[in-house]
Parts: sequence; structure tokens; C-alpha cells
Amino acid sequence: MGQRTPLYDQHLAFGAKMVDFGGWDMPLHYGSQVEEHHQVRRDCGVFDVSHMTVVDVSGAQATAYLQHLLANDVARLQTPGKALYSGMLNERGGVVDDLIVYLAENGYRVVVNAATRDKDLAWMTRQAEGFAVELNERADLAMLAIQGPKARARTAELVTSARASLINELKPFQGLPEGDWFIARTGYTGEDGLEIMLPAAEVTAFFGELVGAGIAPIGLGARDTLRLEAGMNLYGQDMDEDVSPLAANMAWTIAWEPAGRDFVGRQALEAQRSAGDQPRLVGLVLEERGVLRAHQVVRVEGVGEGEITSGSFSPTLGKSIALARVPAATGDRAEVEIRGKWYPVRVVQPNFVRHGKALI
Amino acid sequence: MSDIPADLRYAASHEWARLEMDGTVTVGISDHAQEALGDVVFVELPEVGQQLTAGQEAGVVESVKAASDIYAPIGGEVIAVNEALTESPENVNSDPYGSWFFKLKPSDEAELDKLLDADGYKAASEADA
Repeated sequence: MGQRTPLYDQHLAFGAKMVDFGGWDMPLHYGSQVEEHHQVRRDCGVFDVSHMTVVDVSGAQATAYLQHLLANDVARLQTPGKALYSGMLNERGGVVDDLIVYLAENGYRVVVNAATRDKDLAWMTRQAEGFAVELNERADLAMLAIQGPKARARTAELVTSARASLINELKPFQGLPEGDWFIARTGYTGEDGLEIMLPAAEVTAFFGELVGAGIAPIGLGARDTLRLEAGMNLYGQDMDEDVSPLAANMAWTIAWEPAGRDFVGRQALEAQRSAGDQPRLVGLVLEERGVLRAHQVVRVEGVGEGEITSGSFSPTLGKSIALARVPAATGDRAEVEIRGKWYPVRVVQPNFVRHGKALI
Repeated sequence: MSDIPADLRYAASHEWARLEMDGTVTVGISDHAQEALGDVVFVELPEVGQQLTAGQEAGVVESVKAASDIYAPIGGEVIAVNEALTESPENVNSDPYGSWFFKLKPSDEAELDKLLDADGYKAASEADA
């Protein structure tokens, strides 16, 4: 038996098919993964993401610590609640994890992946040596993601007026506390929406109210196809400790300036950048029938080979799409091997759908 | 609880087989199989004229989640494939016993007797779940 979030019994009551995800028993879908996907793109739905790990970073040197720990620079966070996406790298420039960090009142709030919790906490603690900083894991919090074009409006109808005004005022990629709730306008779907961290004791009632109001529960299956359409990486699949952010479409998350900021992995990244030898993560679109899957081989004529890191059927586009790591010189065509046959694919920017609209 | 019609025979690999009046055998995948797969988005069918032996790979069904092989429940020659299914693979989910994959001219009708009946398949698929 895996770990359970406070919503485990409700997932079963709503008919979820449960699966193991990084040691947690989580809902894969509540009937149809494709229906849930469309529900989020067209209206809104609610995901239980209580398995994710929340860590508060405080202390006199919290800023200096995170500037050392992360490839992106928390000095960019200039307004209260502003959030930043970053890789946390090892000395070789590989990705230990990807995370979101929010500027909080007394420091920062960091959200890392569930499956990587133990190694992340160990790494963060080790890197904290010599810094006047405190790390406080918030296992007392549960987290819901309410995502979709109607997510903010529908949620605002169900909460206190103070929380409703906050929901209306939040800017994209901003999260602020209201009482003992923390409400952020962030997500992992390519749609507008919220991520709400709240006391575990309150989450069962709130989840019940959301579902009762017609905001459908959405499983991890749709979460995966939504993030794939949005071109968002999944840790452990699209990148890991042996993959550079330069090879994972994360170059934009590396703050090279100021040049004197010596974050973990910087030397390795600078060497990779001057060598110019890193492959790149691109999007693939299969125009024929079939389904692209992780680990299928990609062949680029006259250039070399690569590999699919994430692939699935895109419910929004009605065809298969993938993320693939390919040689840097790859042009706009490639081929993928599916069960011994080679299929032509288009190579595109890894960003297929945003705000309900196809981008390819 | 999945639907297991009593008038069909079943392979442990979750295909159903129906003996038609003209002696041909129609093949599809069970309700249990479509439920385990989730939303079906792609099917690959055998070629008409292909000779299959019992247990031989005869096609592929892919859901959003995963790809799964389909096997010939009995041996025979493929005499028809359901092209409509490649256009609307989601019908496998909504109507698994109406959504046939292919029809066989059996090489040995007695092979049907080696397949599971509804009760046997029910027991096997429950053990499987």
C-alpha cells in the first residue's frame, strides 16, 4: 500500500481508478481520461496534488541560499507572491529536480515533486550548510489545483469574500496567503487556474464543495496529457540528474547574469554552453495514425538519432504528439520507429496547446 | 462489473470470438479489456488474407495510456477487417462487443472449444484484476 492523501476515500467514492505514483496511491482517472482532459481545456476541473512537497525557506540568508541552490535567480522576484520556475542542479549541471519558488512574507515557499521528496530534502539540507537558513517541510498542508478557463471564477463563488477578492486580483504566476490558505495563480496544464495550499484538515470539505458545484475531479492521466500539450516537462521522464537544462528546453530558466552568482552547476553549464554540444528537446507531431511513446527512436536524416522522452495522444489536437531529445542540428522533419516501421513526424516548438488553442 | 455475454467464447488474453451462422468467426476485445485499457485512440488491424495461428499477434490496440497486442484466439485466414474502427477507435470503449476487429475462416473449428466460456472468462478476468 502506498501513501495516501487526505482525499483518498473521496477519490474512491468518485469512482477513481487508483495507481501508484512515486509511492503514492493517486487517481489515474474517474472514468475517462480524455473526457477529463477536455473538461479542463473547455471549463475547469480539480486535481488532488497533495502528494507534492512544500518547503518553506526562511532565515537571514534565505535569498543568498536560494541564489546558490537554484539555476534561476530569486532576486528576480520583486513583488510579493511572485513565482519563479527553476531547476535545482547538481555539480555536473544535471537536474536534481524542477520546482516553483514563491516570494513569501518571511522568506520563500518552494514546491518540489512528490517522487523526488527524499533526495530533494537531503540535497537542500546539504546545500544549506554555511547559510543562516531554515528549511521547514509543510506536511501539514494539502494542495488542490483547479485549472481551466473558468477555474478562477467558479472557485471564487465557493470561498470567503476575502479569498474571492484575492483570486480576482492575483496576477499570473503569483501566490499569496489568505488566513492559513495560500492561493496561487499557477498550474501545470497550459490553462489559467489556481493552486491552493490549505490545512489538510480542511481539504476534504473543500474538495467536496468543489466537486459538488460541478467542478469535475481530474486524474493524473489527464494531468499528463494536459502538461504534454502545454510542452511542460515531467521530471524523471523529460529530464533527470544526467540531463542538462540546456538539453531539456530549460535554458530560459538559467539566470546567467549576474556573472558572479556561483550557483550549483554553473561551471558545468558554462562549459556545455561554450562547447555547444548539447542536444535539444523539441516537439514532434505525428500526422498519420498511431501513438508516439517514450523511448521510441527518432531518426534525423543526415544528422543522427534521438529519443522520445514523453509521448501520447493529444485529445485537443486529435493526433499524437511527443517531446523528444534530438541532435541540435535537427531541422523540421524527422522519423520515428513504431513497432519496426518508420513514420514521418514534424519537428515543432515544444508548445502544442495554450489556453484551449492549438499552436501548431 | 464488466459485461461478459454468455454466447461468446473468450481467450485468456481478453479477445472474444463469435461463431457465425456461415462458419466464420468474428473477433474483438472484451469489455474487461477496454475498461483496463482506458480511452482507445488507435487500432492496427491484420491484413485480409493473412494466415493466423491461435495465439499469434493479429493487431494492436492503443489507449491514451498504453499499447497492447491483440492475438488471434483461434487459427485461420483473415477474411475481413473492420476498417470503420480505424476511423472511430473510441467505439471499442462504448461498444466492445459490437466493435469487431477482424473475421476469420477457421482452420479448425474445434479450436473454439479450447477457449473459455463466459463463466471461465469471468473467473480468469477477476483473478486478473
